[in-house]
Amino acid sequence: MSALAMTLSALLAGGQMHDMANMPGMQMPATPKPAAAARKRPARRAAPASHAPSMPGMDMTAPAAACPPEHAATGHCKPATPTPAPEASAAPCPPEHAAMGHCKPATPTPAPEASAAPCPPEHAAMGHCKPATKPEPDAATLAGTDQPAGDAPPPAAPTTRAAARFYDPAAMAQADRMMRDMHGGMRFSQILFNLAEVQVQRGRDGYRWDGEGWFGGDIHRLVVKTEGEGGFGDRVDTAEVQALYARALDPYWNLQAGVRQDLGAGARRTYAVVGVEGLAPYWFDVEGAVFLSDKGDVLARGEAWYDQRITQRAILQPRVELNLAAQDMPDSRIGAGLSSAEFGVRLRYELRREFAPYVGVSWERRYGATARYARNDGERTGGIALALGVRAWF
Amino acid sequence: MIDAPPRLTRRQLLRDAGLAGGVAALPWFPAWAQPVSAGIATPLPTVSGTDIALTVGHQMTMIDGKPLHTIGVNGTVPGPLIRLRQGQTARLTVNNTLDEETSIHWHGLLVPFQMDGVPGISFPGIAARSTFTYEFPVVQAGTYWYHSHSGLQEQMGHYGPIVVDPDGTDPVASDREHVIVLSDHSPLHPHTIFRKLKQQGGYFNYQKQTLAGLLAGRDQPAKDRVAWGGMRMDPTDISDVTGSTYTYLVNGHGPADNWTALFAPGERVRLRFVNAAAMTIFNVRIPGLRMTIVQADGQNVRPVAVDEFQIAVAETYDVIVEPAEPRAYTLVAESWDRSGMARATLAPQVGMVAAVPPLRRRPLATMKDMGMGDMGAMNHAEAPAPCAPEHAAMGHCTPGAAAPMAMDHKMRDFANAPGLPRTPTVQTVAPMPMDRTGEPPQGLADAGHRVLVYRDLVALEKNPDQRAPSRQLRIHLTGNMERYMWAFDGVTLNEVKEPIPFRAGERVRVTLVNDTMMAHPIHLHGHFFELVTGHGDHSPRKHTINVAPGGTATFDLTADAVGDWAFHCHLLYHMHAGMMQVVTVRADDATEAAA
Repeated sequence: MSALAMTLSALLAGGQMHDMANMPGMQMPATPKPAAAARKRPARRAAPASHAPSMPGMDMTAPAAACPPEHAATGHCKPATPTPAPEASAAPCPPEHAAMGHCKPATPTPAPEASAAPCPPEHAAMGHCKPATKPEPDAATLAGTDQPAGDAPPPAAPTTRAAARFYDPAAMAQADRMMRDMHGGMRFSQILFNLAEVQVQRGRDGYRWDGEGWFGGDIHRLVVKTEGEGGFGDRVDTAEVQALYARALDPYWNLQAGVRQDLGAGARRTYAVVGVEGLAPYWFDVEGAVFLSDKGDVLARGEAWYDQRITQRAILQPRVELNLAAQDMPDSRIGAGLSSAEFGVRLRYELRREFAPYVGVSWERRYGATARYARNDGERTGGIALALGVRAWF
Repeated sequence: MIDAPPRLTRRQLLRDAGLAGGVAALPWFPAWAQPVSAGIATPLPTVSGTDIALTVGHQMTMIDGKPLHTIGVNGTVPGPLIRLRQGQTARLTVNNTLDEETSIHWHGLLVPFQMDGVPGISFPGIAARSTFTYEFPVVQAGTYWYHSHSGLQEQMGHYGPIVVDPDGTDPVASDREHVIVLSDHSPLHPHTIFRKLKQQGGYFNYQKQTLAGLLAGRDQPAKDRVAWGGMRMDPTDISDVTGSTYTYLVNGHGPADNWTALFAPGERVRLRFVNAAAMTIFNVRIPGLRMTIVQADGQNVRPVAVDEFQIAVAETYDVIVEPAEPRAYTLVAESWDRSGMARATLAPQVGMVAAVPPLRRRPLATMKDMGMGDMGAMNHAEAPAPCAPEHAAMGHCTPGAAAPMAMDHKMRDFANAPGLPRTPTVQTVAPMPMDRTGEPPQGLADAGHRVLVYRDLVALEKNPDQRAPSRQLRIHLTGNMERYMWAFDGVTLNEVKEPIPFRAGERVRVTLVNDTMMAHPIHLHGHFFELVTGHGDHSPRKHTINVAPGGTATFDLTADAVGDWAFHCHLLYHMHAGMMQVVTVRADDATEAAA
């Protein structure tokens, strides 16, 4: 059980701390080639002649708005006076535009050294870099949005509604509440049966289900889970229902706590439940829970599955489930230690996302005292079953 | 790809094109939205004047020959073109025939805040079965639009275009013009769409990576898939709602309807594009024609000739085309995840069609889209060293390291965004967000022709306010695809305690940092802002800026419109999930008193 807890916490921690140190393509180059990079950027724009638009549709009634040379150079417009196709060298190129890669300075200058790295004003303004004092024009020549921003403090947030001056304040207050609730405060629900199947196996055919429903908002939810199995023409072997409060812990994981009631052939115990459910790295759906019964017995369960998309609608789901107990529970036919394990592979076809018939195999095995109980009852301790079912949600 | 939902094929389009005439004859469309349009220069049943009546109601609309439930204005989807003149006063009476509240927001028009039409912020809303009269001076010219700000009515068809003619000469001359409203429509109710997204974030994505694709050598190689899986990031997560449910519309018509815009060869034709979609960013091109961008978000810009441009949700672009030959041209507006397209035809006469290009391959998100700076490029880079000196200067990389440096970028390291709360809403924090306004928009880097980038936009006239900003502000765009939560600064609107305050008249530099792997078209009501893209006192002025995945965008804002204003992502379901806040602009009495 502690192993399970450790696994879970490791998974949780992995979710938080996964880094990309070993990501493909995450390595920095051994040798930077700033000169090559610096040449590369202007090259993208260096074909003004090919762009040279004829400015269709622009009725240039305002000659002042015409075509400053630096924009002509960038291919944004064509100067009013017909000039020979502008060579890159002929167009004036203010240093700040050169720095941005908009144009090439008239005199071919050596590729900038890293020390003289250009610092476009908007980046400087964002604090990304510090403009080099030497080649940059001083702040006085910068216009409009090229200027750096100051650091004045923000004003205090008002507490009144401006619209209350024009409309009934009570109506505005109500509309405001509705508006806020509508943008993020809605509640939803989903009921999903991951397993709902007939199990065909040697000896005895049976059925099995495993489903869960949630109701609520983004952070707080009520979760109801149910699972069980049985044989045809027989009583329901095992069945349980859980009612849990779930709270989002982080982007992927939910803490769940509540009660579980057993309803099957064995002892009808009631348990307190604490568990987690979420999405682990590499897209594994993981669930783990610890159960404390009204008799003081402790159980634990872990489940994980993975959806491997073969096509857009055919999905292969390997799934594993482990059940553990801290003590022997003869009434429930459960023994201490790892009591049972199941491994299944199910191939479903999503006719719709919500409705996917599947076929698969399920291998199950009981261990230790649990297996002994089963043998004493004349039951099998494990085996392979063919599973035919439907994964459905709404 | 093997069993993706039925797609539009070229053959289908060509076959269906023959049906267009029949659809065109339906009487309840305004003339400008008829499948055959003579251009809005001719007299039209457009609504205009000082007193305009608008009725909002349920209706059935024919799209690609199928009747679909919509909410329209004056009986059409899109609603009628509202044509105004700069300097007039507009009085618009909205009659709500729905059994629920409605509203109309005048997107891009500078109106007094109490006329801005956002229930809960600017007014209480227009109650079911009631009327409300908006009245405001029209102070500007250009192409704008209007839409509901109540519930998810916008997805149902509650939107339409606005054109304001300048009171002087229009610097953009044309012989003819067409309004082109792009949008998306689904047979699913918008609340169903949103519920599905909450239940399964990738519900509508039928272009995921598959084992079959891996075996066929498509998409990412195995080691990249493993690495991305380790981060729980899906590189095919481009658009949340896709062509698997949407039909993409031009002026309310599906691709098979083939809405046609007429021209005479040699004319200068002005196309006024409005993206009124709920969730779809479009890549627009007209094979065979160069498009010259002359206006963005209603503001004139220096002409830029391009082959393709991306129009984010809520943006407008005016372009000039000069078709010289008497032939048909196809107008293609491909959804940016390439799951479908809106299609129209430009032709000298009705019934002519041109080839419709097939959908291009969908893009995959890169490391750069996760805010890893230029790391993504290294993935595919051949030899050249990607540590350009200007990046070194910004501390984005370190040149000259003798050995390969092991980068240790955590996907959710709050050291990269001090002050950001550690909420479940924040799935990722971009470690190295870069200004991406100079790059082709997502998926268009390899288009093979000239694509508009934000840095190409230069205002035609000098900016009205050329002051340096007195302060600056960073706002993080955050989200969680697994829980389908979206927010500014990690807090969904229902949990936000305070508005974002501005002093009346102050000029502030705002940097939007996109910590998510999706693009977010961010709209501020009541203002234009100047993009900080290196154009000084000719910075382009916009009301909506699309912040690239893992990127930043910076603008200077003059907070000159006193009142309370909505500020939100214009992807409808992102806003609905909480990616919205209230911006206040108030005179700072305390400061004045102290001074």
